[in-house]
Amino acid sequence: MNIHAAPSLVNRIYGPRAWLALAIFALIVFVVFPVANLVLPASSPFHLSAYWVALAGKIMCYAIVALAMDLIWGYAGILSLGHGLFFALGGYAMGMYLMRQIGREGQYKSDLPDFMVFLDWKTLPWTWWNSDQFWWAALLVVAVPGLLAFVFGWFAFRSRIRGVYFSIITQALTYAAMLLFFRNETGFGGNNGFTDFKRILGFDITAPQTRMALFMVTGVALIASLLVGRYIVTSKAGRVLQAIRDAEARVMFCGYDTRHYKLFVWTFSAVLCGIAGALYVPQVGIINPGEMSPANSIEIAIWVAVGGRGTLVGAVVGAFLVNGAKSFFTQAFPEYWLYVLGLAFILVTLYLPDGVVGLLARWRSRFRSGSAVKPAATVKAEGDTA
Amino acid sequence: MSEALINASAAETFTEGDRADADFGHVLGQGLDASHGVVLYVEGVSVSFDGFRALNDLSLSIDMGELRCVIGPNGAGKTTMMDVITGRTRPDAGRVFFGQTIDLTRLNESQIAQAGIGRKFQKPTIFEQLSVFENLELAMKADKVVRNTLFSRLSSEQGDRIAAMLEQIRLVTDAGRLAGELSHGQKQWLEIGMLLMQEPRLLLLDEPVAGMSDEETERTAELFLSLAGRHSLVVVEHDMAFIGTIARKVTVLHEGSVLAEGSLAEVQNDQRVIEVYLGR
Repeated sequence: MNIHAAPSLVNRIYGPRAWLALAIFALIVFVVFPVANLVLPASSPFHLSAYWVALAGKIMCYAIVALAMDLIWGYAGILSLGHGLFFALGGYAMGMYLMRQIGREGQYKSDLPDFMVFLDWKTLPWTWWNSDQFWWAALLVVAVPGLLAFVFGWFAFRSRIRGVYFSIITQALTYAAMLLFFRNETGFGGNNGFTDFKRILGFDITAPQTRMALFMVTGVALIASLLVGRYIVTSKAGRVLQAIRDAEARVMFCGYDTRHYKLFVWTFSAVLCGIAGALYVPQVGIINPGEMSPANSIEIAIWVAVGGRGTLVGAVVGAFLVNGAKSFFTQAFPEYWLYVLGLAFILVTLYLPDGVVGLLARWRSRFRSGSAVKPAATVKAEGDTA
Repeated sequence: MSEALINASAAETFTEGDRADADFGHVLGQGLDASHGVVLYVEGVSVSFDGFRALNDLSLSIDMGELRCVIGPNGAGKTTMMDVITGRTRPDAGRVFFGQTIDLTRLNESQIAQAGIGRKFQKPTIFEQLSVFENLELAMKADKVVRNTLFSRLSSEQGDRIAAMLEQIRLVTDAGRLAGELSHGQKQWLEIGMLLMQEPRLLLLDEPVAGMSDEETERTAELFLSLAGRHSLVVVEHDMAFIGTIARKVTVLHEGSVLAEGSLAEVQNDQRVIEVYLGR
């Protein structure tokens, strides 16, 4: 039994089947969607309307957030109920740039964004410095959520705040930020936030080609996040994170400074959320403080729970399932959506502790071996072979 | 602090040979200076929790390579003593030194572990969702900073060390199993194996044979006896038969301080010890 032969990086990250699944996903995002949306005429039965492109792009942004959540919750066992904040901060950083791209085509024909003219401001506040530069916006997208998470995590982990206390504090953090962003004086558009974008990098933001480009960039970001996340969790550091989840004291007595591991994955997770938010805003066309509402952050946890914690791919699946269902229900039976969501969460917690992906893995191994296996063992086997 | 480090590097006698490949940063770089033959000094340590004196002016020292048993009734302060040595609890008063130079009261848990003190908990504490192999891999002595674990790969030499340890703790056929699926006795052994992978100079073992079968207990006794000499061991146990097979020197704790110290026979005949044990 050769138990410790180190596999190559490609084999370590995923098995051949999972790579195939990923290739199919890439084919859909980079070939099927562009062809069906841009090449086929609207009269063709295979034509894909802008609505579907926007919806799929939005859900891919959510999937990145779910991945980020799974890294800290599913692996390190830290439940954040404030991840919507990092998402929104990334969105605001991009939104500032998009506001500046409007130029003088706003309602008031001013160099300043409309809401500032409305408030009778004469100059841009310091927070808007350099906001007309795309590179600066891209930097802020990563740096602002990353820095906030780093500073917050530094104090929280140093003070050994764990479990439900950590969750509550993150929830309070996003709520406080929401109240701050609601104020007009903060300088980010108050409760209306940013909207009516015209251009990105000089391209018309409503043009189908621009929208498709944004969609494909989001696809690249999602696949890259999945692979980098998978690299982390299959590394020794990833096993340290899982060990922290199971028995943090033992990890410390093994000589690992667990604070550094938690801070690393926490900050990385926040940066992923920031990137997702920055991709979300130009596709959806609006960002406002509602994104920071506590309910939004809780919903992120539900996506991950539904898909399956601690598998990464489960988080992506969960984001697609829940948000797909959401867009269906909010159109078909808008008043019932919250009941459906709540019920789904309760059912998953009671009957599917490993989420949908865990269920599929259990079916597969039952199909193969003809006997039931413990769920935890199944998820583990899935991670090794899939 | 820097003075202490210079002292430590001057006394090469007991410094571990392979420290060079690991960059420990802070205060740990120079290893253990046990040139006086003493690996652990505990001097006048007191700890109170809400007015309850868990440790009361406790003093003891452990020699290099010694196997020391610590006994005492419940609440005598045995676990608190281990908490103080491993950095989990800060003493209100007193000094705790690892060798001549390393002040344990200034280090946190992970730094103390890196310095060479391993600890086994009362209840087996392993990583249940990881395989037996991975449990040993994580415990293995290595550079344990984030950057390194992100990019490191298991060398074949490290793999061999894990394989040898699996052999020693008799878990070779279970290497790929989840640690949570092991029997209680196997978990105890896995935890001991993890401790040994850290290559500690001093092992603190809190009730290591609790829940083990007679055969497992016997094998554990053999293991500990074989470790003494190369490592220093402090064993807290209630199982007097087990202590009888391994003990050379026994320390009796009572109400947070040392009541008696000596061979098992001496201690058992000590009038005060008999009172403490029989008087309740």
